[in-house]
Amino acid sequence: MLFSPAPMHIPDGFLSTVVSIVLWVVSAAAVAYALRRVGQDLGERQVPLMGVLAAAIFAGQMLNFSVTGGTSGHLLGAALATILLGPWAAVIVMTTVVSIQALIFQDGGLLALGGNLFNMAVIGVAVAYFVYTSVQKFARGQKWGVFVGGFAAAWFSIVIAALACALELALSGTSPANVAVPAMGGIHMLIGVGEGLITLGALAFLYAARRDLLHIGEAAPKGGAAVWTGGLVIALLLAILSPLASAHPDGLEWVAEQKGFLEAAQEPLYNIIPDYVFPGISNEALATILAGILGTLLVFGVALGMAFLGRKRTTTHDSRLMTHD
Amino acid sequence: MHLHFLDPYQPRRSPVHAADSRLKLTLTLAFILTTSLTPAAAWPVYILLLALILAVEILSGLGVGYVLKRALLALPFVLAALPLPFTIEGQALFSLPLGPWTLTASVEGLARLVSVALKSWLSVQAAIVLAASTPFPDLLLAMRALGIPRLLVAMFGLTWRYLFVLADEALRLMRARAARSGEGAAAGARSGGSVAWRARVTGGMAGSLFLRAFERSDRIYAAMLSRGYDGEVRALPVPPMSGLQRLSLAAGLAGLGLLLLFALLLWG
Repeated sequence: MLFSPAPMHIPDGFLSTVVSIVLWVVSAAAVAYALRRVGQDLGERQVPLMGVLAAAIFAGQMLNFSVTGGTSGHLLGAALATILLGPWAAVIVMTTVVSIQALIFQDGGLLALGGNLFNMAVIGVAVAYFVYTSVQKFARGQKWGVFVGGFAAAWFSIVIAALACALELALSGTSPANVAVPAMGGIHMLIGVGEGLITLGALAFLYAARRDLLHIGEAAPKGGAAVWTGGLVIALLLAILSPLASAHPDGLEWVAEQKGFLEAAQEPLYNIIPDYVFPGISNEALATILAGILGTLLVFGVALGMAFLGRKRTTTHDSRLMTHD
Repeated sequence: MHLHFLDPYQPRRSPVHAADSRLKLTLTLAFILTTSLTPAAAWPVYILLLALILAVEILSGLGVGYVLKRALLALPFVLAALPLPFTIEGQALFSLPLGPWTLTASVEGLARLVSVALKSWLSVQAAIVLAASTPFPDLLLAMRALGIPRLLVAMFGLTWRYLFVLADEALRLMRARAARSGEGAAAGARSGGSVAWRARVTGGMAGSLFLRAFERSDRIYAAMLSRGYDGEVRALPVPPMSGLQRLSLAAGLAGLGLLLLFALLLWG
């Protein structure tokens, strides 16, 4: 299939509402800024270039190779996009890919999209940029810098994004940190090797075919230093936070409880009417039965409405045709 | 080649298909938000939400079976929440002796796990109905109406347009590889070369796909220029919604809001 059910696309329901909304706001701000930067850097060429490359990343995720016994290595593409397009355009390209995956293929949820964008389009790109440019600087324009940098950027972007994903789940109270962090981290250390090898192969091909696309030895794009620092901070933060959270899951749970201000906000609402009891409905079993009956009626009513609307729709459809004629 | 199997849109003649895409996108998001805000273990509310989404599935003519089959996609992620019954303290349910440790499951933890799984299942159904009943260009219009930047919406549109073209390219690359590197057709049969070699070949394919995309984007840009493109993304103004659609939107939002209030008051 086109979309690999990668364990990094969080479906709806797994992130708490507060975590989802906070991550939505952060991702939206990052994407809005990247959009502005891309407009300055690429000019009018940006739309066709990024649109087609996003489609290429999407289609590139179909490419896989068998590892052993039915498992296979895939490409996510954040590192490759960052190396080829620079950080700002890569954020937009990954945003497009992840959003369409959620909207059309339900690969990742819609409310959880903010979190998925944050992990794959923001963290993935920032970390990949930081690792790749650092290795490049170290290699001083030599050939190996491209390959080692490419592999390392791919591996780190996957692993750090997975750690972020695990911490988000732990903060949401969905998965305890001492289980989520080692599990997500461990799996993605392996998945990252596959990503790294494919990225390496792609860079080797491009090095041979179109070396100019790799921008070897060119100056970093404007604002690159900010992304570099951002990537460094994110990588360091997650590399330190994850083992900490994993070793002291209670600490994170404490944060989860503290930040659960929605639950706290509900408290007063509940206290205004402490003695108020819906007659009969306070009994949970009865409430369940009531909901069942109401639900059945609802389905039945909608089915009836469908028959009615279906009749009405055909008439409006005809009249619309007539006005168009 | 035929890659339209990728497109989840299922043409039908139903009121759900006929509804304005802005109405559908907003109500889908509201439904998912309501589900997300519903407290754990508010079972009657989950039943009502399930009834609601099942009703829409029946109404849309997509068939409950089609939606439920696709909804299985989100299932593997439940693995992440599996430890919940053992980590949340509460009334003991059962104990699992595991070597030197004993894992004790709690009722509260189990309720939380089932709630998370249910929320995920309900939300993914709503998203499936939206994608299956709305053509992508209509979704783009809805996104524009919801205030998503025009440039981003234009990118989504272009990506969607060329996704099928480049997926075809990827399939051709994969067929060429299957023809040359002796990939075993039988399950479990070993493909040619070592793992590193196979990975490198796949990497070469990815690089080739990128190069083709680059070159294609050059041609697309030239084609756009020759048609008067000046860097500005233009689109037709969003048409106003009809009165009936506005009414449905208000009624839907009010209904979901009431349901949420009910859930928060009784279980919050």
